[in-house]
Amino acid sequence: DDKLLSEPLSHPDFFNVKELFSLKDLFDARVHLGHKKGCRHRFMEPYLFGCRLDQDIIDLDQTMQHLQLALNFTAHIAYRKGIILFVSRKRQFCHLIESTARECGEYAHTRYWQGGLLTNSHIQFGSGVRLPDLLIFLSSLNNVFEPHVAIRDAAKMNIPTVGVVDTNCNPCLITYPIPGNDDSPTAMELYCKLFKMTIIRAKDKRRQSEVFDELR
Amino acid sequence: TLRLIYTTTAVQRKNVGASGPEKYTEAFIKKQIEEFNLGKRHLANMMGEDPETFTQEDIDRAIAYLFPSGLFDKQARPMMKHPTEIFPEQRKIQWGEDGRPFHFLFYTGKQSYYSLMHETYEKMLNVLKYQEQLTAQDLLPQNEKRNLAGSRWLTKIELEEMLLEKLSDDDYSRFVQLLQKLITLPCSDIEENYIKKFSKEVPVQSQKVVVEPLKYDERGVAFSTGEGTRKTARATAVVYDNGTGKITVNEIDVLHYFPVLQDREQLLFPFQFLDRVGKHDMICTVSGGGRSAQAGAIRLASAKALRSFVTEKEVEFMRQAGLLTVDPRVKERKKPGQEGARRKFTWKKR
Repeated sequence: DDKLLSEPLSHPDFFNVKELFSLKDLFDARVHLGHKKGCRHRFMEPYLFGCRLDQDIIDLDQTMQHLQLALNFTAHIAYRKGIILFVSRKRQFCHLIESTARECGEYAHTRYWQGGLLTNSHIQFGSGVRLPDLLIFLSSLNNVFEPHVAIRDAAKMNIPTVGVVDTNCNPCLITYPIPGNDDSPTAMELYCKLFKMTIIRAKDKRRQSEVFDELR
Repeated sequence: TLRLIYTTTAVQRKNVGASGPEKYTEAFIKKQIEEFNLGKRHLANMMGEDPETFTQEDIDRAIAYLFPSGLFDKQARPMMKHPTEIFPEQRKIQWGEDGRPFHFLFYTGKQSYYSLMHETYEKMLNVLKYQEQLTAQDLLPQNEKRNLAGSRWLTKIELEEMLLEKLSDDDYSRFVQLLQKLITLPCSDIEENYIKKFSKEVPVQSQKVVVEPLKYDERGVAFSTGEGTRKTARATAVVYDNGTGKITVNEIDVLHYFPVLQDREQLLFPFQFLDRVGKHDMICTVSGGGRSAQAGAIRLASAKALRSFVTEKEVEFMRQAGLLTVDPRVKERKKPGQEGARRKFTWKKR
């Protein structure tokens, strides 16, 4: 059992997430497009490639690195049977994200976030709830263009976060930020596809390793 | 050093927050059901009856016999009912042994409501996709009106019962708006089964009053009867055809019974309205009320009787003139602390 858990940690890319995406895929899905120069957040400047005709362009090389780290992390969490919660407050993609979560076997929250969901969980849900072990933000702002409350709450409850940060978002409290576009439908479909594939891969690998162990 | 000598249970109890209503696990409810069935058989044996055919009514009678109680409130007396009736139907614990919740929207708080919205939105997307396919083949069915008059949506309380969850007014209105939007789409016939789950039939009440046909007495004269009330007066009127305009009230002529002109005008009004002043005879009986109330009651009774002699259009005219409506005004009651219904006692400054 110890070997099951410690073996993936020795490899840098145990689940081989690099092969799931390429720079061209990111470019075709318009992940590099950011908002206008006026909307730029100060902490996003290191992640930008440049600015063309007032529109910010995100550096896709950095995005590739961050995306690989983030997918690797989610794969490890899914391998260890952790609870993953997809969060987004974009109304266009609410249905897509909920269906993705349902197909993975994980959980989603794309609706109004009630204040004490993470911090006051014993009273909201009942004593003995298990909180999510990873929060994935597919859009880190809420409907009023302010940072989502869940980022701060997860930091309070020591829950690691993975988030797609656009040029107007604050990447500070997110453990694995992924600089990229969160407004185009193609980009969101790409992210959903990637996360779904990593989670399913990790779970399959876990089941295989358990079967091997039992056979021995 | 300090030694603890005496404590109370209040001090020993730790400061735990309120955990909401008690949640029952499935195992607990199952055990309760088994105990109930065993107890039913024991009770049947005790009463000397057959355990197999022991119904709930027999149980109630047996308990009332074995545990007589003089308590006034029926619900405070000892009762033995099936656990599903006693323990309110609630959500059992939503997560499994390893802690993972069962429903994928558990962490939203209102899982059944949001899953309902999710499903409805999915149906809408299906309908839109189907519509697009049909537009590609130019087969859009147009002008199909569904009957919206005979059905209504579920109320908020009914929806709460269906979902076993509290809803807010906002949530409910949003759900109804989604359903309305779904219905207005042209190709929504595909999802009719789904929509029917949330709509209820409203029986259309027919408000037409059936007009009675004319009756004929021994001499072959057509007549019809009507009843009327006003304040505390009750009147019945029999209107005969081919008459001279003679009116008899309680076997007394109208001039003697109603000396005041105003009352006789009230009696004449229906006939005047239909231009049949000298053509009908009337015999009425009236009791209760005062002078004016009896006049009003007879007026209503005669108007109701005249409906049978007259076309539908004229009946509608009579109704619009107010001849066929019962006057709802009655004497208002006197309230304590006041001299009359409205008059207050004289206010003295000092």
